[in-house]
Amino acid sequence: MKIIAKDREGNEHELEGRDGWTLMEILREGGLGVAAECGGACACATCHVYLTDGWYEKLPPPSEAETDMLDMALGVEPNSRLSCQITLDESMDGIACTVAPE
Amino acid sequence: MNEPIETDVAIVGAGPAGLFAVFELGLLDLKAHLIDILDRPGGQCTELYPEKPIYDIPGLPTVTGQQLTDRLMEQIKPFSPQFHFGEMVTGLTKCADGRWKLTSDAGTEIVAPVVVVAAGGGSFMPKRPPVPGIEAYEGRSVFYAVRKMEDFRGKDILIAGGGDSALDWTLNLAPIAKSLTLVHHRDGFRAAQHSVNRMRELVDAGKVKFHVASVKALHGENGVLSSATLAGADKQEFQVAAAAFIPFFGLTMKLGPIADFGLKLTDNLIAVDTAKFESETPGVFAIGDICTYSGKVKLILSGFHEAALMAQAAFHICRPNDRLRFQYTTSSSNLHKKLGAS
Repeated sequence: MKIIAKDREGNEHELEGRDGWTLMEILREGGLGVAAECGGACACATCHVYLTDGWYEKLPPPSEAETDMLDMALGVEPNSRLSCQITLDESMDGIACTVAPE
Repeated sequence: MNEPIETDVAIVGAGPAGLFAVFELGLLDLKAHLIDILDRPGGQCTELYPEKPIYDIPGLPTVTGQQLTDRLMEQIKPFSPQFHFGEMVTGLTKCADGRWKLTSDAGTEIVAPVVVVAAGGGSFMPKRPPVPGIEAYEGRSVFYAVRKMEDFRGKDILIAGGGDSALDWTLNLAPIAKSLTLVHHRDGFRAAQHSVNRMRELVDAGKVKFHVASVKALHGENGVLSSATLAGADKQEFQVAAAAFIPFFGLTMKLGPIADFGLKLTDNLIAVDTAKFESETPGVFAIGDICTYSGKVKLILSGFHEAALMAQAAFHICRPNDRLRFQYTTSSSNLHKKLGAS
C-alpha cells in the first residue's frame, strides 16, 4: 500500500503503508516531522494533515472527538484530518496527504 | 530577586518521572525542589490525557493520567517536595563551589549539587498561529493568555479558537471591549455548550461578532496592532479592527531554553548512560521521555526505573562522605518512619 506524503518543504515522499497501522505512525516513521505528542490518543492535534487528491471525500468522515480536537490545530482547512485517527487498509492504497504547518 | 534556595536536587519537570524521582530521592534522605511551566503537577498526563486510561503501569491495570498523578502526589507527600509551578527554567550555571544553579523566568534560583532534567517532550508553550510576522506583535498586541482583564478595556479584541478558553474569554471580555470578534474555522465548538449558547446570544444582541474564518494577516506598526485580515470559508478576505489578538489553540511542547544548557543532545534528547542516567555533564541527570540511550523506550515505567537508578548516583554526589544504605520499603522500619507508615 502506497502513501504519497508531502512534507512542510513541499517535497513529495512515497511511503509504504501497513494494514492496521495509522497514517500518523507511517508519517512519523518516515521522518516527516509529525510530532504526534500524545502518541495517537486524539489529544493534541500535532499530527494534523491535509488529505489531497480527493482522499478527504473518499474516507469516512472524522468522529466527533476528532472534529473537536481539530479545533486545537493550526491552519485548519476543509480537508484537514488528524492522521492518528486514520487507520490504514488496502482500500487506501495511494492515499495522498500534506503535513500541516507546525 | 529572592535569596537562592539551597537543596539537594533540583528537578526540571513535575510529570510522572519527576514526581517519582522525589520518592526515590526521599528514601535516601535527599530533598528536592521541582520547577514546571504548567500550573499543576502531572506533565503530559494531566495536560494531554487527564481522562484517558493508561493500561501499562505495572500493578495498575487501568489508571487515568489524572489518577496516576494524584497517586504519585500522595506517594511523595511524606518527603514534602517543594514545587515552583508556572515557571520556565531559563538557565543552568555552575557555581564556584561546584554546585549547580538553576534559574527560572520568575526569578527563582535553586542551588543544588544535582540537577535532574525530567522535562518530557519539553516545555508546554502556546501554539502560535501560522500568521506571517506574528512574533513582532507578541507581548504588546498578541497574547496567548489573559492575565489582567483591565488591559483589554475599551479595545477592539480579536479572539481565535473554539475551545473553552476561547469561549470563556469571549464572554468575559465582551462587556469591557470596544468590539469583540471571535473567529473559528467552523460553526461548531468543542467548548461547553452553555458557553456556546451564551456566545450566540451575545452575537444576536450585536455585542459579539462571530466569523467562520481564519486569520491570514496582521496589520500595525512597531508591534502595535490595528487590524487583521480574515479569510472566510469561501476564501474571501476581509478586514476587522483589532488592537489585541488572542489566539487559543492550546499548548505544544518545545525543548526551549534546555537546548542552550550545553548538554549533549541527540535529536533534541539528552544523551545519558544507563547505569546512572547522568548526562555527559557531571551532576546533571536526565530521566523520562527527554533522555535517550541505546534501546530507550518512551514509557512511563521506563521513567520510574531511570528515577531509581539516578537517585542512587545522586546520593554519592550529594553525600560524598556517607555510605549508601540500600533498604527495601517492605522491611525497613527506618523507611517506614520516613513514609509515615509506622
